[in-house]
Amino acid sequence: MRKFTWFNAVSLTLGFAFLYIPMLILIIFSFNSSKLVTVWAGFSTKWYVELLQNEAFLDAAWVTIKVAVASSTAATVLGTMAAYVLVRGGRFAGRTLFSGMIYAPLVMPEVITGLSLLLLFIAIGLDRGVFTIVLAHTTFSMCYVSVVVSSRLVSFDRSVEEAALDLGCTPFEAFRLVTLPIIFPAVISGWLLAFTLSLDDLVIASFTAGPSSTTLPIKIFSSVRLGVSPEINALSTIMIAIVAIGVIAASLVSKQAIARRNREKKEAIQA
Amino acid sequence: MSDPVSATPPVFAPWDDPSETPLIHFQNVTKRFGDFTAIDDLTIDIYEKEFFALLGPSGCGKTTLMRMLAGFETPSEGVINLAGKNIVSVPPNKRPVNMMFQSYALFPHLTVAQNIAFGLERSKMPKDKVGARVDEMLKLVQLEKFGGRKPHQISGGQRQRVALARSLAKAPKLLLLDEPLGALDKKLRTETQFELMEIQESTGTTFVIVTHDQEEAMTVASRIAVMDHGRMVQVDTPDRIYETPNSAYVADFIGDVNLIEGNAASHHKDGKIEIHWREGEPPVVGTPMVPIEDGTRCTFAIRPEKVHISKEHPEGKANILHGKILDIAYLGNISTYHVELPNGHVVKAQRSNSLRIERRKFTWEDEVWLWWTDTAGVVLTA
Repeated sequence: MRKFTWFNAVSLTLGFAFLYIPMLILIIFSFNSSKLVTVWAGFSTKWYVELLQNEAFLDAAWVTIKVAVASSTAATVLGTMAAYVLVRGGRFAGRTLFSGMIYAPLVMPEVITGLSLLLLFIAIGLDRGVFTIVLAHTTFSMCYVSVVVSSRLVSFDRSVEEAALDLGCTPFEAFRLVTLPIIFPAVISGWLLAFTLSLDDLVIASFTAGPSSTTLPIKIFSSVRLGVSPEINALSTIMIAIVAIGVIAASLVSKQAIARRNREKKEAIQA
Repeated sequence: MSDPVSATPPVFAPWDDPSETPLIHFQNVTKRFGDFTAIDDLTIDIYEKEFFALLGPSGCGKTTLMRMLAGFETPSEGVINLAGKNIVSVPPNKRPVNMMFQSYALFPHLTVAQNIAFGLERSKMPKDKVGARVDEMLKLVQLEKFGGRKPHQISGGQRQRVALARSLAKAPKLLLLDEPLGALDKKLRTETQFELMEIQESTGTTFVIVTHDQEEAMTVASRIAVMDHGRMVQVDTPDRIYETPNSAYVADFIGDVNLIEGNAASHHKDGKIEIHWREGEPPVVGTPMVPIEDGTRCTFAIRPEKVHISKEHPEGKANILHGKILDIAYLGNISTYHVELPNGHVVKAQRSNSLRIERRKFTWEDEVWLWWTDTAGVVLTA
């Protein structure tokens, strides 16, 4: 055990305060009964009730979830395919160029990605709406999936795939029956990453959204410009809760998986 | 005297029978990776029911050769025939060949039984037959109780058996084994070698094994191919590889050997030659397999166990050397004596320790005589 020192305690407090005080204030004021965001006037849950009756916010939430599910699923399929080809495809001509190009959107400013997509949609005459946001989110999040999945594929024993081919699988069957089940946890985390990215994207969505397709971040941003309402605080608190539950659940699941594996190993040694 | 043919039991030697057609035929196969030539214009026949060992140092091309049989590599030039058909363009999943991988390559997400059933299910075998075949294979490798376990729940030796069972389940014409016992400890490896031989015999499958362990190749193989730099140096039965190597490379690679390099000079009319190798030492007398011209540079190779060691001067022997014991390698069952000749050359002689250690005859710094007969070694010109 490290010894407790005042220096450690102060650094810890400062660090966590820096991270969490803004969120804490937001959560506290979401239960404020006053209409004024910065003046405390007693505890109330009325903003939550009001939020649930606000059609515009509910519509935006629904659009956001649809976009996030559709785009993260498409990004996972495309990103996994790209990762597989780049890691397993051998040394084809221009491979370095391709792998560089797939990672470039990671560092590309979002404004540029959004603008270029907007220009493309206008050029091909595609009406902006939910579909264009899905396309845009798929574009920028698939490279994240590709990074996650290819790091798993690199550490994967190639001969397991060869064994599948050797036992009579076509290359596609080998992928479906052997590679995919083994890399599945990485694919899932890629999907979750893409889902989160889509959920909180504001810049690209505002370039590619149409009048009928306002996502939650766009809605929040535009209503804050008219003044921060306690409803926004309530909405944000719900989003924090959802994310926190998701993160805690994910870590519990993976902890359990590790514990089960260790227990099985112990049993195998004793047997 | 009875007829000698009927007196001897039938020997498995299809390679000596010109009417036999080989199961595998490599015809002038070359494989290049960029500038590197892994397999260099190689021609070889492997016969049905053989246990064929590919032996050589790492990088000699033995694994590439095996991967070409499995279909994971395509030769740059040449033809590979399997049962009379050219398989060069056949993908791995369409070949009647299975492989046991060095890493075992078990599917971690499937149980032992599912691993074994994997290939059978791909071959559209009816479900009930798959189950029966899996049970049969589990029994063959003595893992009946482990069918429901996952690969990480069993020991390394058991994993090795699962890999073997999985590769044998489809009853392939040819089974390839890539360093199958490399990950096992020495004792388990020796046991498993005999099991492999039994399984090979009982299933009648042709086995091709890649190994760098010469003892393993000697134990299991019907024939050994010693490879170097993508070429076959010698292909022969284990005893002939050991007793009549065709080159100093093979003699040195397989087992322990004394190599004496010198110039040949004719000696007797009976074909024996003298090898003059060092000023002040008597020439070595040997019997070459083919006549050698005077003055040819050659190497005399003799195994340490064929060099006798004694305290008294042996009379009337063809080769007698005198020296001093420099070192003794005591291995329990045998001891290897490193004897330094007056000119500094060290010759190894081996004795089995049939007497208890306290009554051992030789010790360090002892003056001893070494001798061997004129047929104990081989004369090599390559």
